[in-house]
Formats: sequence, C-alpha cells, structure tokens
Amino acid sequence: MSLLQIHNLSLSIHAFDVLKGVSLTIAPGEIVAVTGESGSGKSMTALAVMQLLPDSTRITGSITLDGVDLLTQSEGQMCAVRGAAVGMIFQEPMTALNPVKTIGDQVMETILIHKALPKDQALARTIEVLDRVGLPTDRFPLSRFPHELSGGQRQRVVIAMAIALRPKLLIADEPTTALDVTTQAQILDLLKGLAKEYGMGLLMITHDLAVVADMADQITVMRHGEVIETGATQRLLRDMQHPYTRMLFEASNHQVTLPTVQDQTPLLTVQNVVRDYRLPRTKLFATPGHHRAVDHVSFTLNQGERLGLVGESGCGKSTLTRAILGLEPVQSGQIQMQGQSVFTGHSPNLAVRRDMQVVFQDPFGSFNPRHRVDRLVTEPFHLLDTPPKGQERSDLIAETLLAVGLSASDATKYIHEFSGGQRQRIAIARALIIRPQLILFDEAVSALDVSVRAQILDLLVELCEAYNLTYLFISHDLSVVRTVTDRVLVMKSGQIVEQGETEQVFSNPQHPYTASLIAAAPQLPELHALQSEHS
Amino acid sequence: MIRYSLKRLLSLVLSLAIASVVIFAVIEVAPGDPASFMLGVNAQEDTLAALRAELGLDVSKAHRYLAWVTGMLSGDFGTSYTYRTPVAEMISDRLWVSLPLALFALALSTLIAFPAGIYAAARRGKAGDMAVMGATQLGVAIPNFWFAMMLVLIFAINLRWFGAGGFAGWDDGLWVGLHSLTLPAIALALPQAAILARVMRSALLDILGEDFMRTARAKGLSRRQALWRHGVRNAMIPVLTIIGLQFSFLLAGSIIIEQVFYLPGLGRLVFQAISSRDLIVVESVVMLLVFAVITVNFLVDLAYALVDPRLRSRT
Repeated sequence: MSLLQIHNLSLSIHAFDVLKGVSLTIAPGEIVAVTGESGSGKSMTALAVMQLLPDSTRITGSITLDGVDLLTQSEGQMCAVRGAAVGMIFQEPMTALNPVKTIGDQVMETILIHKALPKDQALARTIEVLDRVGLPTDRFPLSRFPHELSGGQRQRVVIAMAIALRPKLLIADEPTTALDVTTQAQILDLLKGLAKEYGMGLLMITHDLAVVADMADQITVMRHGEVIETGATQRLLRDMQHPYTRMLFEASNHQVTLPTVQDQTPLLTVQNVVRDYRLPRTKLFATPGHHRAVDHVSFTLNQGERLGLVGESGCGKSTLTRAILGLEPVQSGQIQMQGQSVFTGHSPNLAVRRDMQVVFQDPFGSFNPRHRVDRLVTEPFHLLDTPPKGQERSDLIAETLLAVGLSASDATKYIHEFSGGQRQRIAIARALIIRPQLILFDEAVSALDVSVRAQILDLLVELCEAYNLTYLFISHDLSVVRTVTDRVLVMKSGQIVEQGETEQVFSNPQHPYTASLIAAAPQLPELHALQSEHS
Repeated sequence: MIRYSLKRLLSLVLSLAIASVVIFAVIEVAPGDPASFMLGVNAQEDTLAALRAELGLDVSKAHRYLAWVTGMLSGDFGTSYTYRTPVAEMISDRLWVSLPLALFALALSTLIAFPAGIYAAARRGKAGDMAVMGATQLGVAIPNFWFAMMLVLIFAINLRWFGAGGFAGWDDGLWVGLHSLTLPAIALALPQAAILARVMRSALLDILGEDFMRTARAKGLSRRQALWRHGVRNAMIPVLTIIGLQFSFLLAGSIIIEQVFYLPGLGRLVFQAISSRDLIVVESVVMLLVFAVITVNFLVDLAYALVDPRLRSRT
C-alpha cells in the first residue's frame, strides 16, 4: 500500500504547461528523490502535493495521500492536512522563519494550530522535537529568535516544525542547497534518521545528484515538467535508460583537462594579510572589538597558474577576494600584483586594477538590465587610458563574444534575452575583454545547472588554451575546484590551513579540516564501476 | 533592549540641544526688530532702547540664548512681546486644543487605515482591493480643507449634528470637547488614513511574498491566519514610521483646518506670532513642536524594538 500516489498530474499556470502527466509513488518509510535541472517542475510537484500553488493554476490528475484524493479537498480540509499529515521543509533556512517570533513559538504553532495537544503538552512536545533535531533547550532556549541561530540551526528549527506532529509524509525541497558541506551532511543524516525512526515517507527534491545517489531508495528524473526516468536507486544508477539521465550524471561529474603551465614567474603575491572588521561597541566608552576575517594569509599565484580557494561560508574567502581586488584596505600585510600594491592611499590602484577582472556568482543580478550587451561587456574600458573606439571597439566585442561561445550579433541584445549559462558567458566576456593578467572567479559556476556548469568549465579550459589565463577560482564546491585548478588553498576561520597541488590535497589531505570537508561532500558513485559490476 | 533605549534617549537629548541652537539662530537672523514693530516707525530712539531693555533684547545673543533655554527648562517661556502675557500660558491654552485634536485624528486615521490596508492586501487584485485603492487614491488627492467644508455643509448645516466651528472647551466634560473636535479630526484624519492604508497594504504585500509566509502555510495555517499571525507584525516597521511622521504633521500642520473650523490651536498662534514679529512666541512654539517630533521619533524607535527583536540585540 503506497502512502502517496501521484497519478498523471498535469498543471498549467496561465496556459503555460508546468507539469505534464507526472506519476510518482512513495511507500511509508521510503525516500524518493525527484531530481532535474531548474525549470523541470520538481518544486511544483512538491507544492502541488501541499496544494500551495499560485491562484491561477489549473490542475488535472490525482494526488492520493493515504487513500484520500488531495485535489478534491477543500481549502479548509487542506489546512488540516498541511503540517499534520504532510510536513514541508524549504531551501532557504535564512528566510524560512518569521524573524519576529521565537523558535519555541514557531515550532509550537504547528501543534496548536491543529489543536493536536493542550498547551502544556504542546510545550513538552516542542522541547522534545527540538531536542530530536539537535537543538536541546539547555543550549538553545525556546526564547531564541531566528537571527540568533546559524543557517544549519535554522534549518533544524524548520525541520522541527515540519515533524512536530509526526506527519506520514515529509517533503524536503532542496533542504541543503544553501548550506555548507559539513552542515549538509548533518542535515541529510538527520532527515534519513527521521524517515526511518518515524516510518515517514520522504519526498526529497534536489538538483544535487550526489545527494540523491547517497540517500534515496527511488529516483525520479524530471525534465521540462515530465518524468524522464524513474526507478530504484541502485538499478537506475547501473542501468540508465534515458540519454538525458546519463547526460545529467556525466555532467555532474564533469572532468576537464587543463593545459600545462610553463611559466613560474609570480604574478600576485599576498603576504601576511590581515583584515579586521570593527564590531559594535559593547559598552558606551569601551574600545570596540574586532573580528579578524582574514588572519595572516600568504600565498603566491604564478603567471598562467589556476589557483583554487575553498572553504565554508564565513571563512573569509569573500573578504580576501575583495582585498585582492583593492576594494578594501587591509590592516597589515601586502597584496602586490607584479610588484605594485593593489591598494594605494584610500582607493584601488587603477594601474593594477586594469590587469584584474572578476566574475561573480549571480548571472542575474550582476548586469544592468537597461544596457545592451556591447555596453555591458565594454564596462572595463573605463580602466584604460585609451579605450578602443569605432571599428576597433566593435571588432574587439565580436572577437570576445565569439571566444566565450556567443555570436557577434548578440552585442545588440539586452540581458533578459539570455539564459543563466549565456549570462555567465557574457560575464566572462566582460572580464576577458581588456585581456587582464588575472581573473577572479567568485563562485562563478555555483548558481548554474549541472549541464550548463559542464559547458562553462569546458569554456574555461578553451580560454586557458587560447589566452593562457591565470585565475583564482573561489568556490565551496570541491568537485569543481578539483578539476579546474592546479593548486588549491583551504581556508578556515580566516587562515589558510592547507595548500598544495590540487590532486595531492584532495587525495591525501594533511589537515584534519580538509579531510572533514572532503569526507562530508557527497560523492557520486563511479558509474563505470557500477555498470561493469552489473555486466 | 535597555541599552538600545538609553542610546535612543541620548540621541533625543542631543537632537533637542542642537535644535534649540538652530531655532534660536534662524529666528534671530530673521529681519525685523520686535521693539520697533511694537512701537511703530515714529518711535523715539530712547523709548525703543527702554523697550529693548525691558524685553531683554539689549544683552548679547549668547546671553539671550542661555536665558531662553534655562527659562524653558524651568517652565518659563518668557513674555509675549505683543500680548504681554506669559508665553507658557498662551501655549498651554492652545496645546489643550491642538494635542487632543492631533491624537483624535491619529486614532481615527489608524482605525480606518489598518483594516482597510489589511483587507486590501488580503484580496490583492480583487474587487475589494480595487475599491479600497480607489478610495485611498481619492483620499490622497482631495485637499483636506475641501473635505472640511463638505463635512461642515453636510453634518453641521444640513444635519445639524455638530457645530460648524469653534471649540467648546473641556470645562463641560470630555464628551462636549471631543464632540466639537470631531469634524476637524475627521477632516484631518481622512487624507492621512488614505496614505497609511496604502503603506499598510504595500508593506503587507511585501511580507506576503516572504518565505516564512509559505512556511506558515505549510504548517497548516489558513491564508487569513498566516496574514494575521505572521504578516501584520512584520509589516509594522514602515507603518510605524509613517504614523510617527503623521503625528508631527497633525500637531503642527493643521493650521488650515484650524482656520476652517475657527479653532484656537497652535497653528493659528504661530501664524499670528509670525505676522506680529512676536519672536519669543515663535521660538517657543517651534521649540515645542521640535520637542514633540523628536519625542515621537523616540517612541517610534522604541516601538520598532518591541516589534523587531533584531533591533533589540543590535544595541
């Protein structure tokens, strides 16, 4: 007897078909992962089960939970189902909690709204579930507010709210995407444990195939609102039927081969750099404290070298990046590019800045939507003394756009006409156009779908061959750093705890922190090994 | 929370000190000698000097500033140049009209705006929302003195429910006083309510799109429950800001409405004092209004902290 049965579910919003004939079943205690790239309809499937869809949605098919068709339920009946029979966890723990209510109130609300228990017992249950998700009340009192907790702790509160009434089905929509790898591993463990302990069905929505392969009993692969392939995890991994599934798995484990570096002359030297942030005063006349975001960091980046910088959120990698770009002064130490300081007086040293460009994470937020591509990619020209004009300028734009895999005619388009992957190519073109000595990639592929990410990584290799690029690749994603860098720095609490040849650091980490990072990162199984074992 | 309040209090005192210097300086540099204004253009030089001495205008500016400030701190606002009565008395008479009127109007405005704004936000894009938005558009666009005249026409002249103007005073009881302030309060409140309702609606709509509202719905709260339990309090920060601004406006800016209803309020006092160069009255009323505005801002700051725990811990 299945717990949840989605049968032939189709859904459209304003005549746009979001889901087309989706079918899916979950048995009690079973973990079913729905995976696919953005726009595949996986989140909509989850929201359809909760019946939390936009007003203008048209829906056909059936969603049966424990013998009851949810699509025929009134809104009032669905309110009784949500939170009691089905719990849900969301992607963004930082914003999923009400900032003005205590965590105790928010967890208890689930119990009280369903009138499941009288108030005193509800309090006891609240303490019990918070304890179960790893927030014991002696260390995390119920009176805490969300802003007093870290991202991982907030996600635990959201989980506590979702499981307070022991629902039969738990839906987790990208529950760990916004978290660091070590936190992700803990949250995934918690979810697995809860599903087992409570006999809960777990519908796990994720784009991360490594997570899927690690914990799901069943995998459903979706694309453009349709189920492409579905099956038991081990069988599906061994024997993928659909080319799209195979492409997804290959793309998530995409490996590139970088051209070898010849040069050994230093380009960027960072010596003993310290960056302090002032903390707010604790007493009126006391000297304010400091937070040391970057703590005596030193490294050298040679010409033509591809250097990685990894670490969890808050480790200081963004601060270090800003300091290298000369956007902020440092309290002590030296950052020099070919012997010249990146920061002079009170401003960035422009002579150095023109040799350095950066590509940011968000392909949607980092462009002015009112400018055309030709203007966007030529923005760094203001750093030059004699920027190219006329024909020379248009030739350079065309050449650069071609180099990143776009066409010269794209120059006259606006940014909204491009997909996320294409926008990231434009961002790279913008960095490349003045032929900088060094490019900083700040989480540049983190927001992209796996297939697009694979293409961008291939593009990087092509550019390395064509332009002998030197770059600093900052990322929390270890598998990407492993393939696109020659050397890697591991950063923790503002310090570089380990550095060395990328392959060596990954295969034989010396520092326990590096080892724990590598161990926590979910691994895709070796597909070839699985397949050969099968044949 | 205590540290936050003390910090706000310190900034209140500093703001008042700075404001007093600015007000004194601005009014002192304004042209026009009160003594020659009072005695007319043909006055003798020695009579003028005598009057200046009497009014305390013959000492240095620093002296006069100190005398003014220390006087105010002990409740002595000086003597009006034109009426020769204590300024403190004049102001307190007027304050008994203006302050109740402002509070009355603010209460009305809040009582109208909150339900209207919440109702509109809950029915976004539907007929109810459109109706509220249309009405507030009118409320913002129509000047309040026109409202005032319409109110007089309908409720005073045709229906005879209220007097057409004047203030009955508080001696005959609270009800009589409030009754005579009702029409002016409504006239003042309606445009403010329209603005406040729009702010409430847009603040709520922003909140409705937040992730935690979806979390609340996933817990099993209905739309209405989610709106009331998680939406309204989060929408209060912008709404409180506007309420603070409106109170200051209502206290000082009701001069036209006072004129229409013939009310002896602060607005008319300032107007008369300015036209007769009664500098000491102008200075004192402006200082009082600044005090009111800064105090209201202080209260709004405290209210922010009550609403939003993140501000409390930020010290």
